[in-house]
Amino acid sequence: MKWEVGSARRWYTMRKTFLMGNEAIAMGAIAAGVNLVAGYPGTPSTEVLETVAKHNDGSIYVEWSTNEKSGMEVAAGAAYTGARSMVTMKQVGLNVASDPLMSLEYIGVKGGMVVMVADDPGPISSQTEQDTRHYAAFSKLPCFDPSSVEEAYWMIQDAFALSERYGTPVFFRPTTRVCHGYASIEIKEKSEYYVNKPEGFKKDTMRWVIFPRTAFLNHQKIEKRNEQLGDAFSDYRRNIITLGNGETTSRRGIATHGISYTYTQEALEALRSFVNDDERAAMPDVMKVSTPFPFPERLAVDFLRGKDEVLCIEELDPVIERELTYVCGKYGLHVKIRGKLTHDVVNAGENTIDSVKKSIVDFMGWQDAATVRDATMNGDTCETPELPVRPPVLCAGCPHRASFYAVKVAMRGKKTIFCGDIGCYTLGNAMPLDMVDTCLCMGAGLGIAQGVGHIEPDTTCFAFVGDSTFFASAMTGVVNAVYNEADMVLVVLDNSTTAMTGHQPHPGTGHRMMELAENYKKSAEDVANRVSIEKVLEGMGVAAVEVVNPLDHKKAVEVVKRMAAMRGVKAIIMRSPCVMIVKHDKPLAVDSQKCVACKKCINSIGCPAVIMKGGKAFIDASSCTGCALCAKVCPFGAIG
Amino acid sequence: MKNNIFFCGVGGQGTVLASKLIASAAMKRGIPVMSAETIGMAQKGGSVFSFLRLGDGLHCPMLASGAADIIIGFEPAETVRSLRYLKPDGCVIVSSHPIMPVTAVLKGSNYTGAEMIDYLKKKVKNLTVVDTDEATRSIGSAKSMNMVLLGAAIRTGAIDLSIDDIKAAMRERVKPEFVTMNEKALDYVK
Repeated sequence: MKWEVGSARRWYTMRKTFLMGNEAIAMGAIAAGVNLVAGYPGTPSTEVLETVAKHNDGSIYVEWSTNEKSGMEVAAGAAYTGARSMVTMKQVGLNVASDPLMSLEYIGVKGGMVVMVADDPGPISSQTEQDTRHYAAFSKLPCFDPSSVEEAYWMIQDAFALSERYGTPVFFRPTTRVCHGYASIEIKEKSEYYVNKPEGFKKDTMRWVIFPRTAFLNHQKIEKRNEQLGDAFSDYRRNIITLGNGETTSRRGIATHGISYTYTQEALEALRSFVNDDERAAMPDVMKVSTPFPFPERLAVDFLRGKDEVLCIEELDPVIERELTYVCGKYGLHVKIRGKLTHDVVNAGENTIDSVKKSIVDFMGWQDAATVRDATMNGDTCETPELPVRPPVLCAGCPHRASFYAVKVAMRGKKTIFCGDIGCYTLGNAMPLDMVDTCLCMGAGLGIAQGVGHIEPDTTCFAFVGDSTFFASAMTGVVNAVYNEADMVLVVLDNSTTAMTGHQPHPGTGHRMMELAENYKKSAEDVANRVSIEKVLEGMGVAAVEVVNPLDHKKAVEVVKRMAAMRGVKAIIMRSPCVMIVKHDKPLAVDSQKCVACKKCINSIGCPAVIMKGGKAFIDASSCTGCALCAKVCPFGAIG
Repeated sequence: MKNNIFFCGVGGQGTVLASKLIASAAMKRGIPVMSAETIGMAQKGGSVFSFLRLGDGLHCPMLASGAADIIIGFEPAETVRSLRYLKPDGCVIVSSHPIMPVTAVLKGSNYTGAEMIDYLKKKVKNLTVVDTDEATRSIGSAKSMNMVLLGAAIRTGAIDLSIDDIKAAMRERVKPEFVTMNEKALDYVK
């Protein structure tokens, strides 16, 4: 196929390198001649954009956008001109960007445009286990699903070429283990990069302006194109069938995708040595689906013919399983399709080599292998000493701890609700702070606080939001509160960075990705327009706005008390930089003569640097940042 | 040749550099490498792990239970938690220095790390316990712990790389002023 890039790879001049999946995706995009990359940080997608910025020779425009919707629109605009563009985000970010996406489907693009959305089975660092393959089918856009670091490198290049050839945005959907896996792979030398020179935007109302009539006409074209694409994908060399015994078709098969395909390979290789000769002759065939939408139907029919049963090993939702069930019905094939819908595979959480091994052994009814499996997997764990649980916590010295503690102290004994948000500060929910009563999605805390307040006027409603999140999705919530005369306190936890995802700049920092990548470090001076959070809030008509350093505990408590007592929408900006990006102060120590082991320091703020040792509080000097919050908490002046 | 290496510890302990050094030493020798590590929220003081695999015919960077040739444990309890990954005859390098989770401090848990080391002594034949407190004191840098454990791991012979391979990779990655300290750390466990 014309858009397959990697098929002639032996002709390229290559070099060997050790890359993270996200870095491979970025290097692949650069090799495909990407002209513009926009995105919003979110685990596990963040490193893609950062890597493009780091390897940018100056010819690529790279930006962290205010949110995913902005990023999607910026990338679409670039692709309208014939530029190759990419927008990067995590799965929940796509919910934010879905508005432009759903219309862009009907308009299409001129230059290749890749929508890079990283899914997170588990979930490991997300609030949902949503499956972007559904978004692909919903928006009728083609979708690529890479299974390894190396495949991701080549497949993203295919994605750009396919997008451009069919004039449609294309999804590229890796999952966490591909994004954050590393492999030594060969990549193209710079001389081999594709160079894309955008033709420029050509005015054409019929093409670029969406109207009901255009949508109707384009809908028909899209359906036709997707039928053709499904057929073309049946010949795509990354949609493959492997015969279990290498020669003849087996009665049983496994259909899989993404990282689960590699787990299947590992599992089958390991199990091969435990099965008997008859079983070895009947090893299952494997179909790998690299393009879940449009589904490679013809290939699926080839795979299903002559089979009794097929097991679908998928992460997130049973997309392949439903497609195969549909194909069986459409073509009258008598094949039993098993997987999540039949409870043969767990329907939530990520797969592992172990879980895949178990599914295969059960599916194949391999008795000997089952014995071996049980022996190696269960082991004897009965006498294991009790292991301490280790949930993630706010870092030692994190200013969010001080902010939460100030609000907690100021509001003690009052009827309150603390609406949290997505970011490091979600960790304020942990004991002993216990300062997050709700958390839904980015920016939602504002709306939740208003809704609760309208029903419970005697509750003081707080919404906490981070600085990056403020710009990404909280501003409409503030306007809503002002306009509808809500009674609430907004606390902006401003640590001058997007901390959770690895310290990306945002509109309030005075820095941008382009300049950062050029300097490789943050300069102290502003190099970009800095949008002032306090001015934004004042402009929106917030009744009172105050800025306070949360580490100035006494003052912070006083400000919270004062603001909470006022009517209307009030905002407190708790401003202190993330401890990961600033130089630390001298670590504190406990004067064991003065310490009476009351544990107030530990039970009030739960800093990981403060522990009990020899019956007294003890500060671990290697992790203490000298924020001195514990010293302010100690009633005996024992910390200094 | 195929080596499966498992690192475990607590977010922020520096397991990543150790893993990167083995990877680059292997690549210099032309050995294919795959690895995976914890990134994201769990990094903030949570349990973290990283897999490192060397050799031909690797399909994925993840490990199955019972597949690790060696576990390099940066924390006693985390090492016990990871034991199911160890091959029956595999070896374990473990730091004796415990890290107390905030939850345990709040509950007044009596976790000391020593109970974990005792358990490991019973379960693992090929065990090296490293007193990393003593090691880092004698080397003079709290940040040398990862190199101490890495040196100990290489000396078990469970990884098909020599200490010189690792030193060569280290010299390319760390600032010149830290080379001597890191060499000392790599040689600490004889």
